Amino acid sequence: MKLTGSKILLECLQREGVDTVFGYPGGTVINIYDDLMDSPIKHILTRHEQAAVHAADGYARATGKVGVAIATSGPGATNTITGIATAYMDSIPLVVISGQVPTPLIGNDAFQEADIIGITRPITKHNFLVRDVKDLATIMKKAFYIARTGRPGPVVIDLPKDIQLATAKFEYPETVELRGYKPTYSGNVRMVEKAAAMILAAKKPVIYVGGGATLTDAHAELKQLAEMIQAPVTTTLMGMACFPKRHPLSLGMLGMHGTYYANMAVTNSDLLIALGARFDDRVTGKIATFAPHAKIIHVDIDPTSIKKNVRVDLPIVGDLRDVLTKLLKELGEHAEEVTKQGDRLKPWLEEIADWRRQQPMSYVPSKTEIKPQFVIEKLRELSSDDAIVTTEVGQHQMWAAQFFDFVQPRTFLSSGGLGTMGFGLPAALGAQAAFPKRQVIDISGDGSFQMNSQELATLVQYRLPVKIVILNNNFLGMVRQWQQLFFNKRYSQTCMELPIDFVKLAEAYGATGLRAGKPEEVEEVIRKAFATKGPVIMEFKISREENVLPMVPAGASLNEMVLAS
Amino acid sequence: MKHTISVLVENEFGVLARVAGLFSGRGFNIESLSVAPTLDPSISRMTIVTSGDDRILEQINKQLNKLIDTIKVIDFTGEEFIERELCMIKVTAEDDTRAEVLRICDIFRGKVVDVTPKCYVIEVTGAPAKINAIIELLRPMGIKELVRSGPVALGRGPKGWRSND
Repeated sequence: MKLTGSKILLECLQREGVDTVFGYPGGTVINIYDDLMDSPIKHILTRHEQAAVHAADGYARATGKVGVAIATSGPGATNTITGIATAYMDSIPLVVISGQVPTPLIGNDAFQEADIIGITRPITKHNFLVRDVKDLATIMKKAFYIARTGRPGPVVIDLPKDIQLATAKFEYPETVELRGYKPTYSGNVRMVEKAAAMILAAKKPVIYVGGGATLTDAHAELKQLAEMIQAPVTTTLMGMACFPKRHPLSLGMLGMHGTYYANMAVTNSDLLIALGARFDDRVTGKIATFAPHAKIIHVDIDPTSIKKNVRVDLPIVGDLRDVLTKLLKELGEHAEEVTKQGDRLKPWLEEIADWRRQQPMSYVPSKTEIKPQFVIEKLRELSSDDAIVTTEVGQHQMWAAQFFDFVQPRTFLSSGGLGTMGFGLPAALGAQAAFPKRQVIDISGDGSFQMNSQELATLVQYRLPVKIVILNNNFLGMVRQWQQLFFNKRYSQTCMELPIDFVKLAEAYGATGLRAGKPEEVEEVIRKAFATKGPVIMEFKISREENVLPMVPAGASLNEMVLAS
Repeated sequence: MKHTISVLVENEFGVLARVAGLFSGRGFNIESLSVAPTLDPSISRMTIVTSGDDRILEQINKQLNKLIDTIKVIDFTGEEFIERELCMIKVTAEDDTRAEVLRICDIFRGKVVDVTPKCYVIEVTGAPAKINAIIELLRPMGIKELVRSGPVALGRGPKGWRSND
């Protein structure tokens, strides 16, 4: 049976199990949108293409499936760039379909033409320009395969309008063969044995977990490993929810705004077990003094991550869950030594406990002003364990990471690598579309929120009951904090001088708006919001010049922290 | 330190841009790059001359391998290999220098591929050092223009790049 390109596209999406797509129509995708009316695939119309990609990203982060977004050519496609780059930096599987001007017009500066393949080349795992409708099904198959396997990432398919109209026999390939792409899943057993030996010889080990644990759903294996060898666990922003923060071995986050005890533990460790993390500069601080006494074991599926930033003593390329399973088995064969090891590590855990006693995560409470940390704690207290939290980027993001006790994986969705303001609201939208019954909370600041606030319309239209928290300090708080600490309090362009009435804004879109100006109103506002059926904005007027602490100044060593007290 | 790398890639639209973009985007050097299809027309072979310390070279290798269209990366560092470059030189050859230009050309086993009363175009191949040498000798005669292909390289011995050969 012959089908048009646009029908083939939708057929392929169904074969890949896609039930929801996010997008925005336009001239060069109008045929796809026409066929979409007869397709069982649900389409969510965002109010901006950037939001469509973030929504697909939020959907992917929450579910582990590939997120799909559609945009028209030219400005539609260029609007997706920030979304694609965000997903690329955090290794999120996406397939982004962009319309393109008809093939004969490509290169002619046609109306709404942009070289999106050229533009997205460095921010995608791979991209395809479809030049013959006969190739479309194979390209779709390859795109989904590339997006979700190995180190996941976004793939762009640029589909010219004439290819959407042309017809071909539809046959979805069952397998895919890419001779240049063979990710290594299975960790080398000999390396795993060496790792086990290093672990059993260590006196001060620290497990350092990144987004790879989230992407491979390796939380159960991770917990087993930590408990087996009694090693403390610190996570990056991307590994955040993979290890329950209330676990006695949890050190919380490390790095620039990490806990004092996590950073001290890393600095004093003799073995750093890096699992699916990439030694980002926000994690390491000054490289030369990072974990100076530690041997480093680095497990990652992407060979380029290994030895990119730091020296590594034992590299293991492979799928994190596979490697952890093998490591657990290997350690299991040395049960006696493992038990001895547990006893031997007691002084190390005691040393860490001391650091924790000296500098616990804390803030100065207030009876008159709303402290942002207090709001986060209250949110956690009043939300359910499986609530999905998204954030924008800035102070509120770090407070959420520091003070929200996550217990389940895939419940913290945040732009870690690219640090994209405006990510949280559309990501929450996508997560809520995936899980209509779960609590979804976007923790936001007044600055970030305004970068994609138009998505309130999407939430209301599709009855997506996202609860939005705006920690409003009328500042671009994180930049202001840097200006206060490092630029002599010269607050250049960080004061948001026009106060926005966020309650009215919510109402203008048909959502509910609530506001708290005093600490005693916080709980009531949160309770009321959680009891409301539809989307709600909760605006909290917080203490304006509150800082995110501890803080490792840019370029300093992890043990040179500016502390809260 | 200079390194010569061969990259076998899918002979597809945009692959050169992916490789070139990788080098510029990550701040790696390219001293020269040459590319053409292989015996198998679906595969192109690139020869890239680059430089950097061990850490950078390791990254270059890994990053090239990471490209979906890359089939194989061969770093010739520490290997026995042959490196050849083609150069065409348009050199002034008038009465007093005409014979000397021909003599230099002969010594380097070059060929005169175009003749006019006032100049020759000389074609010469060899390792980059040999090309540099002839250029230096011809420079005083007056080089009007030259073009170098950049080196291409092949490993010595019976082994081909496919591991199953």
